[in-house]
Amino acid sequence: MADGNITINTSRRFFLLAAGSGLVLAGCVTPADTTDGAPAIAAAPAKPAAPVVDMNNFVAISPDGTIRIMSKNPEIGQGIKTMLPMLIAEELDADWSKVVIEQGDADQKRYGQQIAGGSFATPQHWIPQRQVGRAARQMLLAAAAARLAVPVSELTTEPSMVVHAATNKKIPYGDLVADAAKLTPPEPATLTMKDPKDYRIIGKSMRNWDSPKIVRGEPIFGIDVKVDGMKYAHFVKCPVFGGKIVSANTAEIKALPGITDSFVVKQVGASLMGLLDGVAVVGDDWWTVKEAAKKLKIQWNEGAAADHSTASFDSQASALAKAKPQAFLGPQGKAPTEANWAASEAAVNGAAKKVEASYTYPFLVHAPLEPQNCTAHAKADGTVEIWAPTQLPGQGIGLVAEALGVTADKITCHMIRCGGGFGRRLANDYMVEAAAISKQAGVPVKLLWTREQDTQHNPYRPGGYHNFRAGLDAQGNLVALTNHFVTFGANGRALGNATSPPTEFPSGFIANTTYGQSLVPGNMPTGPLRAPVSNAVCFAYQSFIDEVAIAAGKDPLQFRIDLLNAPAAAVSGEKGPMNAKRMADVLDVVRQRSGWASRTSLPKGTGMGVAFYFSHQGYFAQVAKVKVEQNGSWRVQKVWSVGDVGSTIINPTNAHNQVQGSIVDGISEMHQKITFDKGRTVQSNFQDMPLLRMDYAPQIDSHFHISSNSPTGLGEPALPPVLPAVANAIFAATGKRIRVLPAVQSDLRWT
Amino acid sequence: MTTYTLNVNGKTQTVDVDGAMPLLWVLRDKLDLKGTKFGCGIAMCGACTVHLDGEVARACVTPVSSVGAKRVTTIEAIGETKTGQAVQKAWLDVDVMQCGYCQAGQVMAATALINKNPKPNDKDIDMAMQGNACRCGTYVRIREAIKTAAGVDTKDTREV
Repeated sequence: MADGNITINTSRRFFLLAAGSGLVLAGCVTPADTTDGAPAIAAAPAKPAAPVVDMNNFVAISPDGTIRIMSKNPEIGQGIKTMLPMLIAEELDADWSKVVIEQGDADQKRYGQQIAGGSFATPQHWIPQRQVGRAARQMLLAAAAARLAVPVSELTTEPSMVVHAATNKKIPYGDLVADAAKLTPPEPATLTMKDPKDYRIIGKSMRNWDSPKIVRGEPIFGIDVKVDGMKYAHFVKCPVFGGKIVSANTAEIKALPGITDSFVVKQVGASLMGLLDGVAVVGDDWWTVKEAAKKLKIQWNEGAAADHSTASFDSQASALAKAKPQAFLGPQGKAPTEANWAASEAAVNGAAKKVEASYTYPFLVHAPLEPQNCTAHAKADGTVEIWAPTQLPGQGIGLVAEALGVTADKITCHMIRCGGGFGRRLANDYMVEAAAISKQAGVPVKLLWTREQDTQHNPYRPGGYHNFRAGLDAQGNLVALTNHFVTFGANGRALGNATSPPTEFPSGFIANTTYGQSLVPGNMPTGPLRAPVSNAVCFAYQSFIDEVAIAAGKDPLQFRIDLLNAPAAAVSGEKGPMNAKRMADVLDVVRQRSGWASRTSLPKGTGMGVAFYFSHQGYFAQVAKVKVEQNGSWRVQKVWSVGDVGSTIINPTNAHNQVQGSIVDGISEMHQKITFDKGRTVQSNFQDMPLLRMDYAPQIDSHFHISSNSPTGLGEPALPPVLPAVANAIFAATGKRIRVLPAVQSDLRWT
Repeated sequence: MTTYTLNVNGKTQTVDVDGAMPLLWVLRDKLDLKGTKFGCGIAMCGACTVHLDGEVARACVTPVSSVGAKRVTTIEAIGETKTGQAVQKAWLDVDVMQCGYCQAGQVMAATALINKNPKPNDKDIDMAMQGNACRCGTYVRIREAIKTAAGVDTKDTREV
């Protein structure tokens, strides 16, 4: 329950009697804590001095009515710390003003899977977390029934109150909790959930729980953690991925003022996102250790990656694109053959009109604003305590266990609020570094990376090259499409997140599609960046579809809807999991909201573009309006976004915030790149890895199209379509296609 | 090592540090004021924004030796001013935050803007805030919150 720093409080327990269910009750009264892990500063709200009763792994109620709800997943800015407790509180029928949210530690036996990734949390928790609240309410009802000697069926609830309407009696939850906690929790399957029309919390905008602390500057992030006796650490790794250390002048560094230790750390395991060779510098404050590290003289064996360069990758990719694909992409067991490829190519060649274009996007870095950091204490008794801003604590615990030679049960990991994630903190290299340095130094340490280290040691979003060919019949119908995708990998396998889906639209929607793939040899660290794969592939496909629509002389938005509505008999190839009707519906709504029909009367230099994408179970269509100046500079003026993520928008303010942020993030990505030279990352900080700023952030119209489907997540699916929507708008404005990102590489000047 | 006497949030603080140490690290590691954040170290992101005599300064590139007698105000004390309090309230009312890491710097920059220009327009906001990056992309809400705090119409008046 260490949700902040300074006071790391572990006295409060949410009791566990059986693993996993989250519904098992413990009739145990524990003294209330004096802090929820928040720092003890004046502005922190006072905590009740009353005892607290744990209803289950997630809910504890005090006799004064305070309801504490555990939030089980890492908070990275996606709003989960607020949203999951809303699900519990709704079915508990809690008075939200009496709810206190606490951050759970890493403990998968107690809480189940703990991850911030994949936009999974909403679909995964929609039912189970509501059941947690419902079960606790059921026990409170049973306790009230016994006390009033009436059947449970005569009781209802109002916020934080059991009500017996016949006698007009009301009993606050706080008065019932001691009795309720002695009861056997009900089986989840027996619970009747609330009718959505009765929701008092779900569907209401609930402010981000930590916001008051944030505006007061309270120390709630990983970088703010402070533990007794802590030293500060800086860790220098080889600038070439996987390079090994030969020697370092650590004795000289250790003698510098303010420095308490300096030593070599050796690689453990084979992962480039695990513990690598490096030199640690430890001291009394971080700036002093970072400055001392400038005096390090390290001899590296840079290894095989030292000749990697983007220039070489680009020329290899260009050569591969001219040859036949090395492999053909299909769903498991249904991979197309070379004959399928030849047939699709022949269909393109025989078409009335051919469209060909190549699209390229670069490697990208995550760059969460809080640089990687972790505080760790490898203790003399063999246990390890960790305070980590992480998206996937279990993976980090595994790395630490391996590197320190301890079993995972000796490791305690407190999940601390992350200053951004975007997928970066699914890798826990910084966690294992902090633990290894603490062990070697024999003291608790806070490891903090510089921005330059953060930029240059990252599981990058892989670059890629798409080489499209399409055929149109005489009526302008798309009848064939091939894509030779050139990516990075080895032994016939693409690197992590360097793939292109085999069922990518329009596969399964037109008569002939075959996708091929070839690999540029490479072994740089790659990983998931927000909306992984989708954030890259969507730009290429939804831009090319636009080119095809223009070549067909059709309205690019209607052209997409027509493709989605294609009769099944006319198509071949495998469809992905996308529901075409849901996608066509959001396209239709964004057409109306954006005033799409008015685009033809815009002045030269201003244009509107459209794109759609299905990812992470979310359906998004977006229209961007862009103004391109005659000198080629451009600004997105407005983006209209329509999303279908199911029947319920759980926390609307946060949901729209995620969409707004995704749109800004996507536009930002159009300006960014990571390149390599001599095996090193060229970019280092925000001067060459720019973030979009206030003046370039567009107006945003975010709308949710409600469907009857179960709710799904919002951390990612709103991002992918914005890049091609903007690129397509730039084409509409200027007649110039952006086929290479970052966009600055295209000359957009016009007269 | 040199002894520096600083005026931080109205209190006199004495630190014994290298004069080149940036104010950011004096605040964070020596005075335990962790609200001011580290993002880039080169004044490119604004996460470390503080006020020196009411003027916006990037603490990550401000050597402690250059501070002298200037009044240092950080996020921890900005709520003691009328404008700072209004900005904090607006940030909560608009529900600006996603990860929140940049927001201390955003609040400091916004407060300095409104102190100088009580009724900022969109151009003023663009000018004053472009040094403060938000990686989560909350700019739409930051703009709205600044206008809310200033009591002006929140409509975005930029060309569409």
